[in-house]
Amino acid sequence: MTHGLNRIMWTTLGLVFAAVWGLPFLYSVWTAFHDEIYSANFVWNAPLTVENFREAWQAAPFALYFLNTFILITIVLIANLVLCTLVAYAFVRYRFRWSGFLFALIMVQLLVSPEILIVENYLTLSRIGMIDTILGIALPYLTSAFGIFLLRQTFMTVPVSLDEAAQIEGAGAWRVLWNIYVPLAKPVYLAYALVSISFHWNNFLWPLIVTNSPEVRPVTVGLSVFATVESGVEWSLVNAATLMTTAPLIVAFIIFQRQFVANFMRAGIK
Amino acid sequence: MNKRLPFGLAMIFLVMPCALLIAFTHYPALRALMNSFWNNASSRRPSKFVGIENYQTLLEDDRLVQVLLNSTFYALGTIPIAIGLAIGMALLVNAKLPGTSLMRLSFFMPTMLPMIAVANIWLFFYAPGIGLASQILGVFGLPPINFLGSTETSLISMMFVAVWKEAGLFMIFYLAALQAVPENLKDAAKLEGAGATRIFFNIVLPLLRPTTIFVAVNALINAFRLVDHVIVMTRGGPNNSSSLLLYYVYEVTFSQRDFAYGATLTVLMVALLGVLAAVQYWVLNRKAHYQ
Repeated sequence: MTHGLNRIMWTTLGLVFAAVWGLPFLYSVWTAFHDEIYSANFVWNAPLTVENFREAWQAAPFALYFLNTFILITIVLIANLVLCTLVAYAFVRYRFRWSGFLFALIMVQLLVSPEILIVENYLTLSRIGMIDTILGIALPYLTSAFGIFLLRQTFMTVPVSLDEAAQIEGAGAWRVLWNIYVPLAKPVYLAYALVSISFHWNNFLWPLIVTNSPEVRPVTVGLSVFATVESGVEWSLVNAATLMTTAPLIVAFIIFQRQFVANFMRAGIK
Repeated sequence: MNKRLPFGLAMIFLVMPCALLIAFTHYPALRALMNSFWNNASSRRPSKFVGIENYQTLLEDDRLVQVLLNSTFYALGTIPIAIGLAIGMALLVNAKLPGTSLMRLSFFMPTMLPMIAVANIWLFFYAPGIGLASQILGVFGLPPINFLGSTETSLISMMFVAVWKEAGLFMIFYLAALQAVPENLKDAAKLEGAGATRIFFNIVLPLLRPTTIFVAVNALINAFRLVDHVIVMTRGGPNNSSSLLLYYVYEVTFSQRDFAYGATLTVLMVALLGVLAAVQYWVLNRKAHYQ
């Protein structure tokens, strides 16, 4: 009996906590779907509207921003997957001088991430004339220490006998990589891709510094420009734009909730 | 079985990817160190070697002192609270209560949102008069607080935002750790007559220790790295009360266009990270002795 009571108490506590935790987000959602006049006063049966979304969509080139984010994510993801795979493969399968030192050198990026070095990276970028380009935003992130670390850990679990068998069959370095290591690491690639996509979708500071024109702005920077210009004017529009720019991630999360959580966990444990 | 790496493959496997990484990690760090000994170039004169002049400015910079204090307070405040909440959330989600998926969604949602979206949401939440925060205060008959606009509350208000955004992510790691706690250990403790509280503190919590270290390291790096909300919500103000180190670097470099001092501050930041990494390494090593 006490056990049942305990359970009810904990359930109530948990749900109340979850509700309080969700409050800022729900308030923003509520405002986005209602007319501006309701943003100061909550009326439970106020008429719903999607007018804010339509207006926000037209007030700034969000379609372009989405396209830019999509291009940015694609570049970074492909480069990460290819480059990190090659480096991890070299570390696991070959021995060479200074390999321990080189690995330590790479891992420095986990601590000193590109955000810390915005000042000098901006100067580098302007020296090679890549300011205000999407490739310029992507450049510091093309090789990822986290990706190399994750794939190296995974490749190390590939049975040596498989590798040797393939070699006896006459497979070269590339065939071994492509037919043995890559397929066995598939779940890790998926996990890494999810983490990487959400990181670069959300990234803000570096793209803000690198871009000055709408043609190359990713969604996060576009949103901040929109929200600053309009700030204080129409909260319902700002909230609608905020939701709009995050909607793809939220929808993806709700659809892939289980995989997402599992993959985040995997990324963390390693 | 490991073979020597042939030269051709080494070029493809290592040199190209690592060159990119070094060009945007090690090179800028060293370059910052170099530039910190030079002053800014202007249209009339090129930049010239000034020795430790920038570092003297650094030592006399009152704003920097405030920013460092803010950053320390921010890190020491947000990390333990976020970790505590994350453990609570993980326990709730792991308890197989009804409504678990709803709780998980609510806790994890802020983590999915970009920091800039989170900042907008909270900017609205804190907005004087309109925001839910001041409306809730109004219901209780309390006077409205200008959360972001006053020097006493701006930093704490930003810390709430950071905790809200991060706790859900940490919850996921604790959830993984909780699910890895062997059932037979708990069963054995129950047989011995230990209550739920005892089991938690004597069995579960010690087993969560590696997760806590991992999470704390990540949280610390994030506390340094993530200043999007400062840019959107307060621009470090009022009167620097909510400015964090990386935001200060951003402001000095890209608003005041003082690249030389920006480089000097970058050196300081990298050095601080290095010291913190060394401390963490020491803590991790100590942990190894306990096991």
